[in-house]
Amino acid sequence: MSLLEVTELSVRYGEETVVDDLSFSVNSGESVGIVGESGSGKSQTALALLGLLPRNANLSGSIRLDGNELAGKSDEELDRVRARRIAMVFQDPAQALNPYLRVGRQLRQILLQHRLASGKAADVRVIDMLQRVGLPDPVRQFRAFPHELSGGMRQRVMIASALIAEPDLLVADEPTTALDVTVQAQILDLLETLRDSTALLLITHDLAIVAGRCERLLIFDAGKLIESGATTAVFSSPQMPKTKQLLAAAARLDTGPIPAPVSGETLLDIERLTVSYGKAAAQRLQAVTDVSLSLRTAETLAIVGESGSGKSSLVRALLGLVPPQSGAVVYAGSQLAGSLQARLSGQRRDLQLVFQDPVAALNPQMRVQKIVAEPLQVHERGLSSAKRRERVAAMLAKAGLDKSFLDRYPHQLSGGQAQRVGIARALILGPRILICDEAVAALDGSTREQVLELLKNLQRESGLSIIFISHDLAVVRSMSHRVAVMYLGRLLEVADNASLFSTPRHPYTKALLDAVPVPDPRRALQAPPLGGEAPSMLSPPRGCVFHPRCAYAKARCSEQRPELREFAGVRVACHRADEISLNARY
Amino acid sequence: MLRYTLLRLLGAIPTLLLVIVLAFLMVHAAPGGPFDDERALPAEVAEKIEEAYHLDEPLPQQFMRYLSGLVRGDLGPSYGYRDRTVDEVIGFGFPVSLQLGALAMLLALVVGVGCGTVAALRQDSLLDRAVMAFAMTGISIPVFVVAPVLVLLLAVKLQWLPAGWSGETGAARYFLPVITLALPQIAYIARLTRASMIDVLSSDFIRTARAQGLGTKAIIRHHALKPAMLPVLSYMGPAIAAILTGSVVVEEVFGIPGLGQFFVRAALNRDYTLVLGIVIFYAALIILLNLIVDILYGVIDPRVRQR
Repeated sequence: MSLLEVTELSVRYGEETVVDDLSFSVNSGESVGIVGESGSGKSQTALALLGLLPRNANLSGSIRLDGNELAGKSDEELDRVRARRIAMVFQDPAQALNPYLRVGRQLRQILLQHRLASGKAADVRVIDMLQRVGLPDPVRQFRAFPHELSGGMRQRVMIASALIAEPDLLVADEPTTALDVTVQAQILDLLETLRDSTALLLITHDLAIVAGRCERLLIFDAGKLIESGATTAVFSSPQMPKTKQLLAAAARLDTGPIPAPVSGETLLDIERLTVSYGKAAAQRLQAVTDVSLSLRTAETLAIVGESGSGKSSLVRALLGLVPPQSGAVVYAGSQLAGSLQARLSGQRRDLQLVFQDPVAALNPQMRVQKIVAEPLQVHERGLSSAKRRERVAAMLAKAGLDKSFLDRYPHQLSGGQAQRVGIARALILGPRILICDEAVAALDGSTREQVLELLKNLQRESGLSIIFISHDLAVVRSMSHRVAVMYLGRLLEVADNASLFSTPRHPYTKALLDAVPVPDPRRALQAPPLGGEAPSMLSPPRGCVFHPRCAYAKARCSEQRPELREFAGVRVACHRADEISLNARY
Repeated sequence: MLRYTLLRLLGAIPTLLLVIVLAFLMVHAAPGGPFDDERALPAEVAEKIEEAYHLDEPLPQQFMRYLSGLVRGDLGPSYGYRDRTVDEVIGFGFPVSLQLGALAMLLALVVGVGCGTVAALRQDSLLDRAVMAFAMTGISIPVFVVAPVLVLLLAVKLQWLPAGWSGETGAARYFLPVITLALPQIAYIARLTRASMIDVLSSDFIRTARAQGLGTKAIIRHHALKPAMLPVLSYMGPAIAAILTGSVVVEEVFGIPGLGQFFVRAALNRDYTLVLGIVIFYAALIILLNLIVDILYGVIDPRVRQR
């Protein structure tokens, strides 16, 4: 008999059905992946298993654990199952852990509640669990508050809380979506090694994540289970169009065309730019250090790095939102003033920004027409309102939205439509440089492709230069002509797209590439993930900033800071670039 | 933490100084004098009195004199109670008011938070609606209406509780005034607790706690109560001020010899030094209690503590 048996499960909110007639099972110790886009009902299914759906949800069907019915049971009865038999790891550990309670107390409470340990013994067991999930100095972290830990460490705590009562089934709902790519690899490996005989239900939107880790897959679409089978079978011969679409949209670093380098004139020159926050020298946080980059006309330059690498601070300095501490930004031959207010109107027009969260970046009280027209009201005051409306409609058409969108409010738009509006707003003044700060990070696979395609078309038509900030290497590979890799506020490597992805020169670049999961069950076994996490910017390591995590580090690397220098046609900041040979997995 | 507290204490000095200046000027701008009577005093007597109380000096000099006394904790002589200083009157009246106020605050917190939590847990039930209806009533009806109604009902009609203070000794005499004072606060705190508890209960970390099988009681006690108390804590400042002003009315209605009653009498008798003294004393008290509330905020929310 299987451990979990779900039969004809449906979840409805009023008229709307979010999970439709779902049946599947999970055997003891098995690992099963649930894959689908946002809104496919996968998270609702997870919540239904533990009876955690909101009160207005309507659940029907059967959920059996070891033959015992869970559906329709009271909270008191379910409390004996929760954590003890079925445990859950949630997506965003920053939200899912209680910010007001010390980490140790949150874990301890689980043991006390289920009468698994008490007093000193409970503390010992919690500390032991924290040790097992790889928290450094667990005795001290026992007393830490969640906000004092990094994102990766918080997710380790979350996993510790899920495994501490030794459940039979672990449900992990997008456990790595909120994390950086190198940390994602660590967390997935941790889940795999720790779960032991616990069955795993891994829920994700990313086929690459489940490829090497789950034995069976369940593919969800619009609340329905559309395809299921052994992982290798689903990958090698997908049956449904939607599955094929998901496979096509899965992040790949080994297929698809790479844009060739462009050879235009230099439009923007960033010269030894340094950005820091805080006045007192002791507390100063140097977010960007000594960054030199150039951008050509009609070129897309990607800036890649994990959270805290200084990407966003660099953008803010380019736009004049934070004056740089030193260095210069030269645009079309003249140096830009440090603050936005001091820049000329034409310079302000020519640099525009597209934001990460498309819906939140639009004023909810304004109609699309007004949102897109606003830059015109500032920069082209003489325009008549009829003329303005015409310009807005034309711009929206270019962005792929017809006239019917003019009078909509942001909440009436999908994520992809909202980002098109964001792009239309940024482009209505005809800028020469567009800065996209994680502009597609919030979008689902197919929508993401469409928005990227739109950006490429706009570039082809008008010779737009794009600075493309992203943590997603697959998107960067398909989108950009050149790539700059940042770590702790410094440039480690700048290279043409093709050479960066085939022969990375910096060990960190190589580690980033290796950490990207491959959506192919036969090739998913990968190099051991990069250990540790990026240190604090307040106290960057001496010498090379990457040396504490670098597998190739020598004594020299911890003493002397490597300069960014020309090597084999790329710029790289590594002492050992000419001694070591790094090859991408592909 | 200590540094923060000291800085906040220093920051309170300008506020208090402003209150002192304004109160001093307003009292002196009021028409009539403390010794005016229906029958005019002989000129030389009036002169002697003015000299004794330094009322003949120019205003800035009087202010400096008052301030230097204030620094030493001396609020000067009372004009009305000729044989007592303002310090003595406050020392006599405040303990009574403090007892009333503290009991009312405690009652308001316990009942208000309790009712609010229950209402939040049974959101939209009959119980929830009843609690909220009661709360709305409690907020809408002023103290000077509630007090006589309660007296009429519980003391005169049912004769369960004494109607006044004088002549009574036991704990029973506390009931009516404390309930009257606490009622609007219970109502407001209940509404506040309900709203913030509903908010907290819908947050992700509560869902995590539910997924851990903690059960309602443990979730409220260990996970939800602390964050849900933050808005209530912020309300403590205004609540204390409301109870202080409320006690002025309540002490008058029940005939309690507290500071509120002295304050009313002082105003009626044009006992300006006493009015001024009590205003400054209350202002200092409210500033201090607000400071304590701010510090407690940091104790509850570790993220505030770090800043």
